[in-house]
Amino acid sequence: MADPTGNENFVIQTPERVATVEAGAHTLAGAGAGVELGGADAYGMSGEAKSQWRILLGRFLHQRMGMIGLCVFALLAISSVLVGHFWQYSYTSITNNLNDPPSWSNPFGTNAIGNDMFAQVMAGVEKDIEIALTVAAMATLIGVTIGAIAGFYRGWVDSLLMRFVDLVLVLPVLAVLIVLANKLSKESDNWLGLAIIIGLLSWTYVARLVRADFLSLRERDFVEASRALGATNRRIIVKHMLPNAVGPIIVNATLTVALSIIFESTLSFLGLGVQPPNVSLGLLVDQGQDSATTEWWLFVFPVVFLIILILSIFLIGDGLREAFDPKKSRVRA
Amino acid sequence: MTEPTLQVEHLEVDFPTKDGVVHAVRGVDLSLAPGEVLGIVGESGSGKSVTALATMGLLPKGANVRGSIRFGGDDLLTLKEKELTKVRGTGIAMIFQDPMTSLNPVYTIGWQITEAILAHQDISKDAAMARAIELLAMVGIPNPAERVDNYPHEFSGGMRQRAVIAIAMANDPEVILADEPTTALDVTVQAQVLNSLKTAMAETGAALLLITHDLGVIAGLADRVLVMYAGRPVEIGTAEDVFYRPSMPYTLGLLGSLPRLDSDGTERLRQIPGSPPSMLGDRTGCPFAARCPLAADICRETEPELVVVPSVNSALGEHRAACHFAEAVGRGDHGKVFSDGVVDNVIV
Repeated sequence: MADPTGNENFVIQTPERVATVEAGAHTLAGAGAGVELGGADAYGMSGEAKSQWRILLGRFLHQRMGMIGLCVFALLAISSVLVGHFWQYSYTSITNNLNDPPSWSNPFGTNAIGNDMFAQVMAGVEKDIEIALTVAAMATLIGVTIGAIAGFYRGWVDSLLMRFVDLVLVLPVLAVLIVLANKLSKESDNWLGLAIIIGLLSWTYVARLVRADFLSLRERDFVEASRALGATNRRIIVKHMLPNAVGPIIVNATLTVALSIIFESTLSFLGLGVQPPNVSLGLLVDQGQDSATTEWWLFVFPVVFLIILILSIFLIGDGLREAFDPKKSRVRA
Repeated sequence: MTEPTLQVEHLEVDFPTKDGVVHAVRGVDLSLAPGEVLGIVGESGSGKSVTALATMGLLPKGANVRGSIRFGGDDLLTLKEKELTKVRGTGIAMIFQDPMTSLNPVYTIGWQITEAILAHQDISKDAAMARAIELLAMVGIPNPAERVDNYPHEFSGGMRQRAVIAIAMANDPEVILADEPTTALDVTVQAQVLNSLKTAMAETGAALLLITHDLGVIAGLADRVLVMYAGRPVEIGTAEDVFYRPSMPYTLGLLGSLPRLDSDGTERLRQIPGSPPSMLGDRTGCPFAARCPLAADICRETEPELVVVPSVNSALGEHRAACHFAEAVGRGDHGKVFSDGVVDNVIV
């Protein structure tokens, strides 16, 4: 799957751009969504292609929970960036107030060395989203490629790739993450490396999903019809089959975002993930747990934001699943 | 006779299966002159579709194909996949049975036609789109300029099949293979689709290989007819020969099972008892013997060759049949070969 139009959409956005509503939704809609738009654009027919997407958008907009999830997620993403730029304290700045409870100047209080917790939590949110989107983009790109090739060619190619998937699946993920992350944690700006490791371990599910979809799609008449018209294998995979598998891919990409935040938090909580001076919500939870009973604000705010963030993404995923499921839609857009 | 565009010789297709080798096609010879319509009729499992798929090189990898398929100076069976890709669409185009599934549900009709055009021609998207609209107009889609932006689900079955025909026409093929193009359609739109097929032939000058089990469709369209049974041609000739001088009991049976508007209403439809033989393993004798009322010992011992038999008008072409009693059957010596009695359970 070397389609350049598809790949462009897998590329992760820079943090600033991710954190706008549109870019957020677009990247969430994931890698798969880009492929069809890309393919349609190549023929200068994006206008027509959009109408299909407009139907899906219409269905999604009618999902109350999905919309709540999207709004919350967008709000978190936007405000994390805004806070990073405009809040009076940066997450690295040290105030004179040590271990202050929440107040007007420090809404989430301060920690033992005087960092403003509001700035810290929002920086954690931003970092978590960056990591999660990188992971989802990577996992989707790898998973879709391997799954599509395995499902399309079947035979020994399929066997080989699926045994490889099995191999990755039987790796005790946490142990591998701990070993690899341990090496990484020696570097200070390690979040990208961390994201890549999580990404390299979380593509297996989407690979199986896409393979299963492709196994059924390849038997559909339109695939044979396009072959009868002289389409090459690559063209059939990228242009004819992938757009038909886009629904589950997008939903799965969304769930990968949420799961990778959980992973990252686990690692950071164990001290193997994001390292200071960078912050992530998991790291903040770890740092705040000792004083959870005394300086509650150090613990409660990161935990609450972590839960809200993950929950909002799961809600988006559910909404997308409903939107893509023709049997469940009672709303005609 | 002019040089044939497509010439299939001694085509044999085997599929290895767990239970043994299935001989799906056992020696098909056919030739298609430019602009000619050759109808292939036969029951399900008689090897019609496998013959068509073999011609396109679309059989699954496990299939064992022998013989030769000459097209445009090449033997398609020896071509590499890459070269075949160039032939498909431009040289030979195929129309599939079910237009509900042979169109990609996520793309507009226009996209799919331009996709077919751009796969083989180096023209601009706008030009391809203009051509797509033109093609849709030719096959009789009303408002083609607007309809081109519709998705397959917004088309009716007949319109979809016409769109499929438009796609098949897109690259001016020399041969169009239509595999039961009307079978999945409402009877009322079949005529429209057949008209579109005629238009497609007229516009592109293509020859048509029409596979169907609908003798009515064949009668209306075909110049010559090939009757297949158990993977073999059992009768081939001009449409007149096959319809007016059927010389093989199986053809007779097929014709007898067709309701006729000109009958007086007292005549019953006749059915051919039994079902086609298993294609598994080797067999001796005529494959139709077990179902044939005329079967004699010779039928069970030797498989009849496809020999020349008298034709209604031999100037139009040869008439061949594979039956030990072909001439007697052709003369009508046996009267109604299939008795009326066997269909008591059929309400006519």
